[in-house]
Amino acid sequence: MRALDLDYMLGLLPVLLKYLPLTLGMASVSMILALILASLFAIIRVVRFPVLDAATRLFISFFRGTPLLVQLFLFYYGLPQLVSILTAIDGVTAAIVGLTLHFSAYMAESIRAAILGVDRSQWEAAKSIGMSTGQMMRRIILPQAARVAAPTLINYFIDLIKSTSLAFTLGVTELMGAAQKEAAGSFLYFETFIVVAVIYWVVVESLAFIQSKIENRLSKAVSR
Amino acid sequence: MIQIRGLTKIYNGVPVLDGIDLDIKKGERIAIIGPSGTGKSTLLRCLNFLEQPEKGEYILDGESIDVQKANAAQIKEMRLRTAFVFQNYALFANKTARENIAEGLITVRGEPKETAFERADEILHKIGLADKANAYPASLSGGQQQRVGIGRAMASNSELMLVDEPTSALDPEWVDEVLQLLTRVAQAHQTMLIVTHEMAFAKEIADRVLFMEGGRIVEQGPPEKMFTSPDDPRTRSFLRKVL
Repeated sequence: MRALDLDYMLGLLPVLLKYLPLTLGMASVSMILALILASLFAIIRVVRFPVLDAATRLFISFFRGTPLLVQLFLFYYGLPQLVSILTAIDGVTAAIVGLTLHFSAYMAESIRAAILGVDRSQWEAAKSIGMSTGQMMRRIILPQAARVAAPTLINYFIDLIKSTSLAFTLGVTELMGAAQKEAAGSFLYFETFIVVAVIYWVVVESLAFIQSKIENRLSKAVSR
Repeated sequence: MIQIRGLTKIYNGVPVLDGIDLDIKKGERIAIIGPSGTGKSTLLRCLNFLEQPEKGEYILDGESIDVQKANAAQIKEMRLRTAFVFQNYALFANKTARENIAEGLITVRGEPKETAFERADEILHKIGLADKANAYPASLSGGQQQRVGIGRAMASNSELMLVDEPTSALDPEWVDEVLQLLTRVAQAHQTMLIVTHEMAFAKEIADRVLFMEGGRIVEQGPPEKMFTSPDDPRTRSFLRKVL
Protein backbone atom coordinates (compact mmCIF):
# COMPACT_ATOMS: atom_id res chain seq x y z
CA MET A 1 0.00 0.00 0.00
CA ARG A 2 1.28 3.44 -0.94
CA ALA A 3 0.78 6.75 0.87
CA LEU A 4 -1.76 9.31 -0.38
CA ASP A 5 -0.28 12.08 -2.50
CA LEU A 6 -1.64 14.98 -0.43
CA ASP A 7 0.14 17.67 -2.42
CA TYR A 8 -1.52 16.41 -5.59
CA MET A 9 -4.88 16.45 -3.86
CA LEU A 10 -4.45 20.01 -2.58
CA GLY A 11 -3.32 21.15 -6.00
CA LEU A 12 -6.24 19.40 -7.68
CA LEU A 13 -8.91 21.02 -5.51
CA PRO A 14 -8.78 24.51 -7.13
CA VAL A 15 -8.56 22.93 -10.58
CA LEU A 16 -11.72 20.90 -10.04
CA LEU A 17 -13.58 23.69 -8.22
CA LYS A 18 -13.49 25.68 -11.47
CA TYR A 19 -15.99 23.15 -12.84
CA LEU A 20 -18.34 23.36 -9.88
CA PRO A 21 -20.28 26.33 -11.33
CA LEU A 22 -21.15 24.27 -14.43
CA THR A 23 -22.30 21.37 -12.25
CA LEU A 24 -24.41 23.62 -10.04
CA GLY A 25 -25.64 25.59 -13.06
CA MET A 26 -26.89 22.46 -14.83
CA ALA A 27 -28.49 21.26 -11.61
CA SER A 28 -30.21 24.59 -10.90
CA VAL A 29 -31.55 25.11 -14.41
CA SER A 30 -32.81 21.51 -14.52
CA MET A 31 -34.39 21.91 -11.09
CA ILE A 32 -36.28 25.08 -12.01
CA LEU A 33 -37.52 23.62 -15.29
CA ALA A 34 -38.41 20.33 -13.60
CA LEU A 35 -40.37 22.16 -10.88
CA ILE A 36 -42.44 24.03 -13.47
CA LEU A 37 -43.09 20.87 -15.50
CA ALA A 38 -43.82 18.79 -12.40
CA SER A 39 -46.35 21.35 -11.10
CA LEU A 40 -48.10 21.30 -14.47
CA PHE A 41 -48.16 17.49 -14.53
CA ALA A 42 -49.41 17.37 -10.94
CA ILE A 43 -52.25 19.80 -11.68
CA ILE A 44 -53.18 17.89 -14.83
CA ARG A 45 -53.37 14.69 -12.80
CA VAL A 46 -55.29 16.24 -9.89
CA VAL A 47 -57.84 18.04 -12.08
CA ARG A 48 -57.94 14.96 -14.41
CA PHE A 49 -57.93 16.78 -17.74
CA PRO A 50 -59.17 13.99 -20.05
CA VAL A 51 -56.45 13.38 -22.70
CA LEU A 52 -53.62 15.21 -20.95
CA ASP A 53 -54.04 13.06 -17.85
CA ALA A 54 -53.43 9.83 -19.78
CA ALA A 55 -50.46 11.39 -21.62
CA THR A 56 -48.96 12.60 -18.36
CA ARG A 57 -49.31 9.18 -16.77
CA LEU A 58 -47.54 7.56 -19.71
CA PHE A 59 -44.78 10.17 -19.52
CA ILE A 60 -44.28 9.67 -15.78
CA SER A 61 -44.35 5.92 -16.15
CA PHE A 62 -41.63 6.00 -18.83
CA PHE A 63 -39.30 8.43 -17.09
CA ARG A 64 -39.59 6.70 -13.75
CA GLY A 65 -39.38 3.26 -15.26
CA THR A 66 -36.13 3.64 -17.20
CA PRO A 67 -32.60 4.52 -16.03
CA LEU A 68 -31.48 8.13 -16.30
CA LEU A 69 -28.35 7.06 -18.18
CA VAL A 70 -30.44 5.31 -20.82
CA GLN A 71 -32.57 8.44 -21.20
CA LEU A 72 -29.49 10.66 -21.58
CA PHE A 73 -28.04 8.37 -24.26
CA LEU A 74 -31.41 8.35 -26.04
CA PHE A 75 -31.48 12.15 -26.18
CA TYR A 76 -27.88 12.75 -27.05
CA TYR A 77 -26.87 9.80 -29.21
CA GLY A 78 -30.23 8.34 -30.30
CA LEU A 79 -32.66 11.09 -31.19
CA PRO A 80 -30.31 13.02 -33.51
CA GLN A 81 -30.21 9.94 -35.76
CA LEU A 82 -33.96 10.23 -36.25
CA VAL A 83 -34.34 14.00 -36.18
CA SER A 84 -31.37 15.50 -37.97
CA ILE A 85 -31.90 19.00 -36.58
CA LEU A 86 -31.04 17.64 -33.12
CA THR A 87 -27.43 16.88 -34.13
CA ALA A 88 -26.76 20.54 -33.28
CA ILE A 89 -27.66 19.92 -29.63
CA ASP A 90 -24.66 20.09 -27.29
CA GLY A 91 -23.95 17.84 -24.33
CA VAL A 92 -24.91 20.41 -21.69
CA THR A 93 -28.29 21.07 -23.28
CA ALA A 94 -28.96 17.36 -23.72
CA ALA A 95 -28.05 16.73 -20.09
CA ILE A 96 -30.35 19.54 -18.89
CA VAL A 97 -33.24 18.22 -20.99
CA GLY A 98 -32.69 14.67 -19.75
CA LEU A 99 -32.35 15.66 -16.09
CA THR A 100 -35.39 17.95 -16.32
CA LEU A 101 -37.67 15.31 -17.80
CA HIS A 102 -36.41 12.56 -15.53
CA PHE A 103 -36.77 14.52 -12.30
CA SER A 104 -40.03 16.19 -13.30
CA ALA A 105 -41.58 12.72 -13.44
CA TYR A 106 -40.57 11.99 -9.85
CA MET A 107 -41.40 15.44 -8.54
CA ALA A 108 -44.83 15.45 -10.21
CA GLU A 109 -45.89 12.54 -8.05
CA SER A 110 -44.78 14.14 -4.79
CA ILE A 111 -46.36 17.47 -5.72
CA ARG A 112 -49.55 15.63 -6.63
CA ALA A 113 -49.60 13.89 -3.26
CA ALA A 114 -48.99 17.21 -1.51
CA ILE A 115 -51.84 18.88 -3.43
CA LEU A 116 -54.21 16.05 -2.55
CA GLY A 117 -53.09 16.39 1.06
CA VAL A 118 -54.42 19.96 1.30
CA ASP A 119 -57.60 19.85 3.36
CA ARG A 120 -60.89 19.60 1.47
CA SER A 121 -62.16 22.71 3.27
CA GLN A 122 -59.49 24.85 1.56
CA TRP A 123 -60.77 23.86 -1.89
CA GLU A 124 -64.37 24.49 -0.90
CA ALA A 125 -63.65 27.87 0.66
CA ALA A 126 -61.74 28.96 -2.46
CA LYS A 127 -64.55 27.83 -4.75
CA SER A 128 -67.26 29.31 -2.56
CA ILE A 129 -65.87 32.83 -2.95
CA GLY A 130 -65.88 32.38 -6.73
CA MET A 131 -62.24 31.60 -7.50
CA SER A 132 -61.44 29.89 -10.78
CA THR A 133 -59.49 26.63 -10.65
CA GLY A 134 -56.32 28.51 -11.63
CA GLN A 135 -56.76 31.15 -8.93
CA MET A 136 -57.54 28.49 -6.35
CA MET A 137 -54.40 26.54 -7.25
CA ARG A 138 -52.11 29.58 -7.37
CA ARG A 139 -53.36 31.43 -4.31
CA ILE A 140 -54.50 28.72 -1.91
CA ILE A 141 -53.67 25.13 -2.80
CA LEU A 142 -50.14 25.25 -4.25
CA PRO A 143 -48.68 27.45 -1.48
CA GLN A 144 -49.96 25.00 1.10
CA ALA A 145 -48.86 21.98 -0.92
CA ALA A 146 -45.39 23.53 -1.30
CA ARG A 147 -44.93 23.46 2.44
CA VAL A 148 -45.65 19.74 2.50
CA ALA A 149 -43.63 18.94 -0.61
CA ALA A 150 -40.58 21.12 0.16
CA PRO A 151 -38.49 18.53 2.06
CA THR A 152 -39.02 15.89 -0.63
CA LEU A 153 -38.31 18.35 -3.43
CA ILE A 154 -35.04 19.42 -1.83
CA ASN A 155 -34.10 15.75 -1.59
CA TYR A 156 -34.70 15.47 -5.33
CA PHE A 157 -32.52 18.53 -5.86
CA ILE A 158 -29.73 16.82 -3.93
CA ASP A 159 -30.18 13.74 -6.06
CA LEU A 160 -30.21 15.95 -9.15
CA ILE A 161 -26.88 17.61 -8.27
CA LYS A 162 -25.26 14.22 -7.97
CA SER A 163 -26.89 13.00 -11.16
CA THR A 164 -25.28 15.80 -13.18
CA SER A 165 -22.12 13.69 -12.94
CA LEU A 166 -23.64 11.46 -15.62
CA ALA A 167 -23.29 14.35 -18.08
CA PHE A 168 -19.63 13.38 -18.48
CA THR A 169 -20.87 10.40 -20.50
CA LEU A 170 -22.19 12.94 -23.02
CA GLY A 171 -18.73 14.50 -23.25
CA VAL A 172 -19.50 17.40 -20.91
CA THR A 173 -16.52 18.53 -18.85
CA GLU A 174 -18.26 19.22 -15.57
CA LEU A 175 -16.91 18.22 -12.18
CA MET A 176 -16.84 14.48 -12.90
CA GLY A 177 -15.66 14.92 -16.49
CA ALA A 178 -12.81 17.16 -15.37
CA ALA A 179 -11.79 14.66 -12.70
CA GLN A 180 -11.82 11.86 -15.25
CA LYS A 181 -9.38 13.83 -17.42
CA GLU A 182 -7.12 14.70 -14.49
CA ALA A 183 -7.00 11.11 -13.33
CA ALA A 184 -6.18 9.88 -16.81
CA GLY A 185 -3.17 12.20 -16.83
CA SER A 186 -1.86 11.55 -13.30
CA PHE A 187 -2.94 7.93 -12.87
CA LEU A 188 -3.81 8.91 -9.26
CA TYR A 189 -7.36 7.60 -9.47
CA PHE A 190 -7.98 7.29 -5.75
CA GLU A 191 -6.74 10.79 -4.92
CA THR A 192 -8.68 12.33 -7.79
CA PHE A 193 -12.03 10.69 -7.08
CA ILE A 194 -11.82 11.17 -3.33
CA VAL A 195 -11.40 14.92 -3.96
CA VAL A 196 -14.44 14.83 -6.27
CA ALA A 197 -16.43 12.88 -3.70
CA VAL A 198 -15.60 15.41 -0.98
CA ILE A 199 -16.65 18.33 -3.19
CA TYR A 200 -20.06 16.72 -3.88
CA TRP A 201 -20.39 15.81 -0.22
CA VAL A 202 -19.73 19.36 1.03
CA VAL A 203 -22.16 20.84 -1.53
CA VAL A 204 -24.91 18.41 -0.55
CA GLU A 205 -24.36 18.90 3.18
CA SER A 206 -24.56 22.70 2.77
CA LEU A 207 -27.83 22.20 0.97
CA ALA A 208 -29.15 19.94 3.72
CA PHE A 209 -28.34 22.73 6.16
CA ILE A 210 -30.29 25.26 4.09
CA GLN A 211 -33.09 22.70 3.83
CA SER A 212 -33.56 22.59 7.59
CA LYS A 213 -33.64 26.42 7.69
CA ILE A 214 -36.28 26.57 4.98
CA GLU A 215 -38.41 23.95 6.69
CA ASN A 216 -38.31 25.91 9.92
CA ARG A 217 -39.41 29.06 8.16
CA LEU A 218 -42.20 27.36 6.25
CA SER A 219 -43.66 25.75 9.33
CA LYS A 220 -43.52 29.05 11.20
CA ALA A 221 -45.38 30.91 8.47
CA VAL A 222 -48.45 28.80 9.03
CA SER A 223 -48.33 28.10 12.73
CA ARG A 224 -47.92 31.67 13.82
CA MET B 1 -84.70 38.20 -4.68
CA ILE B 2 -83.76 34.55 -5.13
CA GLN B 3 -86.36 31.94 -5.95
CA ILE B 4 -85.65 28.23 -5.79
CA ARG B 5 -87.83 25.83 -7.75
CA GLY B 6 -87.88 22.02 -7.55
CA LEU B 7 -84.31 21.75 -6.29
CA THR B 8 -83.29 18.09 -6.19
CA LYS B 9 -80.02 16.54 -5.09
CA ILE B 10 -79.46 12.80 -5.16
CA TYR B 11 -76.68 10.88 -3.38
CA ASN B 12 -76.29 7.24 -4.39
CA GLY B 13 -79.86 7.04 -5.63
CA VAL B 14 -81.30 8.63 -2.48
CA PRO B 15 -82.80 12.12 -2.81
CA VAL B 16 -81.24 14.33 -0.13
CA LEU B 17 -83.15 17.30 -1.46
CA ASP B 18 -86.51 16.31 -2.83
CA GLY B 19 -87.91 19.19 -4.87
CA ILE B 20 -87.31 22.23 -2.67
CA ASP B 21 -89.30 25.39 -3.44
CA LEU B 22 -88.27 28.50 -1.60
CA ASP B 23 -88.55 32.26 -2.14
CA ILE B 24 -86.01 34.39 -0.34
CA LYS B 25 -86.92 38.05 -0.01
CA LYS B 26 -84.37 40.81 0.30
CA GLY B 27 -83.45 41.43 3.92
CA GLU B 28 -85.14 38.25 5.07
CA ARG B 29 -83.44 36.15 7.72
CA ILE B 30 -84.42 32.51 7.45
CA ALA B 31 -83.45 29.83 9.95
CA ILE B 32 -83.50 26.20 8.87
CA ILE B 33 -83.99 23.62 11.59
CA GLY B 34 -84.51 19.89 11.56
CA PRO B 35 -82.89 16.56 12.38
CA SER B 36 -79.38 15.71 11.14
CA GLY B 37 -79.04 14.35 7.62
CA THR B 38 -82.22 15.89 6.27
CA GLY B 39 -80.59 18.04 3.61
CA LYS B 40 -80.31 21.37 5.43
CA SER B 41 -76.62 21.84 4.74
CA THR B 42 -76.97 20.33 1.27
CA LEU B 43 -79.50 23.03 0.41
CA LEU B 44 -76.97 25.73 1.33
CA ARG B 45 -74.17 23.95 -0.51
CA CYS B 46 -76.28 23.59 -3.65
CA LEU B 47 -77.05 27.32 -3.66
CA ASN B 48 -73.30 27.99 -3.69
CA PHE B 49 -72.70 25.15 -6.20
CA LEU B 50 -70.39 23.37 -3.77
CA GLU B 51 -72.71 20.52 -4.70
CA GLN B 52 -74.05 20.05 -8.20
CA PRO B 53 -77.82 19.55 -7.91
CA GLU B 54 -79.54 17.09 -10.24
CA LYS B 55 -82.61 19.16 -11.00
CA GLY B 56 -84.15 22.51 -10.29
CA GLU B 57 -84.06 26.17 -11.09
CA TYR B 58 -82.75 29.34 -9.48
CA ILE B 59 -84.46 32.57 -10.41
CA LEU B 60 -82.35 35.66 -9.74
CA ASP B 61 -84.20 38.94 -10.26
CA GLY B 62 -86.31 37.22 -12.89
CA GLU B 63 -83.36 35.58 -14.67
CA SER B 64 -83.57 31.81 -14.56
CA ILE B 65 -80.70 29.36 -14.14
CA ASP B 66 -81.33 25.71 -14.90
CA VAL B 67 -79.07 24.13 -12.26
CA GLN B 68 -78.34 21.09 -14.36
CA LYS B 69 -77.08 23.13 -17.31
CA ALA B 70 -75.46 25.94 -15.32
CA ASN B 71 -72.29 27.11 -17.08
CA ALA B 72 -69.13 28.40 -15.44
CA ALA B 73 -70.29 32.03 -15.64
CA GLN B 74 -73.63 31.23 -13.99
CA ILE B 75 -71.94 29.21 -11.27
CA LYS B 76 -69.58 32.10 -10.59
CA GLU B 77 -72.52 34.52 -10.52
CA MET B 78 -74.29 32.38 -7.89
CA ARG B 79 -71.07 32.24 -5.87
CA LEU B 80 -70.67 36.01 -6.00
CA ARG B 81 -74.27 36.52 -4.95
CA THR B 82 -73.95 34.12 -2.02
CA ALA B 83 -71.34 34.16 0.75
CA PHE B 84 -70.73 30.94 2.64
CA VAL B 85 -69.90 30.60 6.33
CA PHE B 86 -68.63 27.08 6.98
CA GLN B 87 -69.20 24.88 9.97
CA ASN B 88 -65.43 24.24 10.23
CA TYR B 89 -64.56 27.91 9.42
CA ALA B 90 -62.42 26.86 6.41
CA LEU B 91 -60.16 29.89 6.64
CA PHE B 92 -57.27 29.90 4.17
CA ALA B 93 -54.48 28.39 6.25
CA ASN B 94 -51.74 30.20 4.31
CA LYS B 95 -53.30 33.66 4.77
CA THR B 96 -53.59 35.95 7.77
CA ALA B 97 -56.96 37.03 9.17
CA ARG B 98 -56.72 40.26 7.20
CA GLU B 99 -55.74 38.46 3.98
CA ASN B 100 -58.55 35.94 4.45
CA ILE B 101 -61.07 38.78 4.45
CA ALA B 102 -59.47 40.66 1.55
CA GLU B 103 -58.69 37.64 -0.65
CA GLY B 104 -61.99 37.41 -2.50
CA LEU B 105 -62.12 41.15 -3.07
CA ILE B 106 -58.66 41.18 -4.64
CA THR B 107 -58.59 37.90 -6.54
CA VAL B 108 -62.19 37.44 -7.59
CA ARG B 109 -63.67 40.93 -7.62
CA GLY B 110 -60.51 42.62 -8.89
CA GLU B 111 -60.45 45.40 -6.31
CA PRO B 112 -57.17 47.26 -5.78
CA LYS B 113 -55.23 45.96 -2.80
CA GLU B 114 -55.40 49.20 -0.82
CA THR B 115 -59.20 49.44 -0.83
CA ALA B 116 -59.55 45.70 -0.18
CA PHE B 117 -57.27 45.86 2.84
CA GLU B 118 -58.99 49.03 4.04
CA ARG B 119 -62.27 47.15 3.92
CA ALA B 120 -60.66 44.17 5.68
CA ASP B 121 -59.42 46.41 8.49
CA GLU B 122 -62.84 47.98 8.82
CA ILE B 123 -64.39 44.51 9.14
CA LEU B 124 -61.72 43.29 11.57
CA HIS B 125 -62.67 46.25 13.72
CA LYS B 126 -66.37 45.37 13.49
CA ILE B 127 -65.79 41.74 14.46
CA GLY B 128 -63.52 42.81 17.32
CA LEU B 129 -60.33 41.27 15.94
CA ALA B 130 -58.36 44.34 14.89
CA ASP B 131 -55.48 43.15 17.05
CA LYS B 132 -55.41 39.79 15.24
CA ALA B 133 -55.13 41.22 11.72
CA ASN B 134 -51.80 39.56 11.01
CA ALA B 135 -52.45 36.30 12.84
CA TYR B 136 -52.66 33.05 10.88
CA PRO B 137 -55.74 30.88 11.45
CA ALA B 138 -53.75 28.21 13.29
CA SER B 139 -53.00 30.68 16.08
CA LEU B 140 -56.64 31.79 16.53
CA SER B 141 -59.23 30.17 18.78
CA GLY B 142 -62.19 28.43 17.18
CA GLY B 143 -64.43 31.36 18.03
CA GLN B 144 -61.99 33.86 16.54
CA GLN B 145 -61.62 31.76 13.40
CA GLN B 146 -65.37 31.61 12.92
CA ARG B 147 -65.62 35.38 13.42
CA VAL B 148 -63.04 35.82 10.65
CA GLY B 149 -65.09 33.37 8.58
CA ILE B 150 -68.14 35.59 9.08
CA GLY B 151 -65.98 38.64 8.33
CA ARG B 152 -64.90 37.08 5.05
CA ALA B 153 -68.56 36.60 4.14
CA MET B 154 -69.38 40.19 5.17
CA ALA B 155 -66.56 41.59 3.02
CA SER B 156 -68.09 40.27 -0.18
CA ASN B 157 -71.28 42.33 0.28
CA SER B 158 -73.10 39.35 -1.19
CA GLU B 159 -76.88 39.52 -1.37
CA LEU B 160 -77.32 36.29 0.50
CA MET B 161 -75.25 34.93 3.36
CA LEU B 162 -75.34 31.14 3.72
CA VAL B 163 -74.46 30.14 7.26
CA ASP B 164 -73.98 26.42 7.80
CA GLU B 165 -74.16 25.35 11.46
CA PRO B 166 -71.79 28.13 12.51
CA THR B 167 -71.33 26.95 16.09
CA SER B 168 -71.50 23.15 15.79
CA ALA B 169 -67.73 22.71 15.63
CA LEU B 170 -67.02 25.15 18.46
CA ASP B 171 -66.15 24.47 22.06
CA PRO B 172 -69.03 25.75 24.23
CA GLU B 173 -66.95 28.68 25.51
CA TRP B 174 -66.79 30.25 22.01
CA VAL B 175 -70.43 29.81 21.00
CA ASP B 176 -71.69 33.08 22.48
CA GLU B 177 -69.24 35.40 20.74
CA VAL B 178 -70.10 33.88 17.37
CA LEU B 179 -73.85 34.04 17.94
CA GLN B 180 -73.55 37.64 19.12
CA LEU B 181 -71.71 38.60 15.94
CA LEU B 182 -74.26 36.80 13.77
CA THR B 183 -77.05 38.53 15.64
CA ARG B 184 -75.49 41.88 14.80
CA VAL B 185 -75.15 40.89 11.15
CA ALA B 186 -78.79 39.81 11.15
CA GLN B 187 -79.90 43.05 12.81
CA ALA B 188 -78.29 44.93 9.92
CA HIS B 189 -80.86 43.15 7.71
CA GLN B 190 -78.35 41.04 5.83
CA THR B 191 -80.36 38.47 3.89
CA MET B 192 -79.41 35.15 5.44
CA LEU B 193 -80.12 31.47 5.33
CA ILE B 194 -78.89 29.91 8.56
CA VAL B 195 -78.80 26.23 9.38
CA THR B 196 -78.60 25.98 13.15
CA HIS B 197 -79.26 23.81 16.16
CA GLU B 198 -79.34 26.87 18.43
CA MET B 199 -83.09 27.28 18.81
CA ALA B 200 -83.01 30.36 21.04
CA PHE B 201 -80.79 32.09 18.51
CA ALA B 202 -83.05 31.07 15.62
CA LYS B 203 -86.05 32.38 17.49
CA GLU B 204 -84.35 35.70 18.18
CA ILE B 205 -83.03 36.58 14.74
CA ALA B 206 -85.26 34.80 12.20
CA ASP B 207 -88.14 36.32 10.28
CA ARG B 208 -89.05 32.86 9.15
CA VAL B 209 -88.24 29.37 10.35
CA LEU B 210 -88.17 26.34 8.03
CA PHE B 211 -88.45 22.85 9.40
CA MET B 212 -86.86 20.27 7.08
CA GLU B 213 -87.08 16.52 7.18
CA GLY B 214 -86.32 13.89 4.54
CA GLY B 215 -85.12 16.44 2.00
CA ARG B 216 -88.34 18.44 2.11
CA ILE B 217 -89.58 21.58 3.77
CA VAL B 218 -92.21 20.14 6.08
CA GLU B 219 -93.43 23.35 7.59
CA GLN B 220 -92.52 27.02 7.72
CA GLY B 221 -93.68 30.11 9.50
CA PRO B 222 -92.72 32.98 11.78
CA PRO B 223 -90.67 31.87 14.80
CA GLU B 224 -93.41 32.75 17.31
CA LYS B 225 -95.71 30.23 15.67
CA MET B 226 -93.10 27.60 14.78
CA PHE B 227 -91.67 27.37 18.26
CA THR B 228 -94.98 27.51 20.15
CA SER B 229 -97.72 25.96 18.06
CA PRO B 230 -96.43 24.24 14.92
CA ASP B 231 -99.06 22.47 12.82
CA ASP B 232 -97.15 19.41 11.72
CA PRO B 233 -96.69 16.52 14.19
CA ARG B 234 -93.10 15.98 12.87
CA THR B 235 -92.17 19.58 13.77
CA ARG B 236 -93.76 19.14 17.20
CA SER B 237 -91.91 15.91 17.83
CA PHE B 238 -88.57 17.42 16.76
CA LEU B 239 -89.01 20.51 18.92
CA ARG B 240 -89.99 18.41 21.92
CA LYS B 241 -86.60 16.71 21.67
CA VAL B 242 -84.47 19.83 21.27
CA LEU B 243 -86.22 22.47 23.37
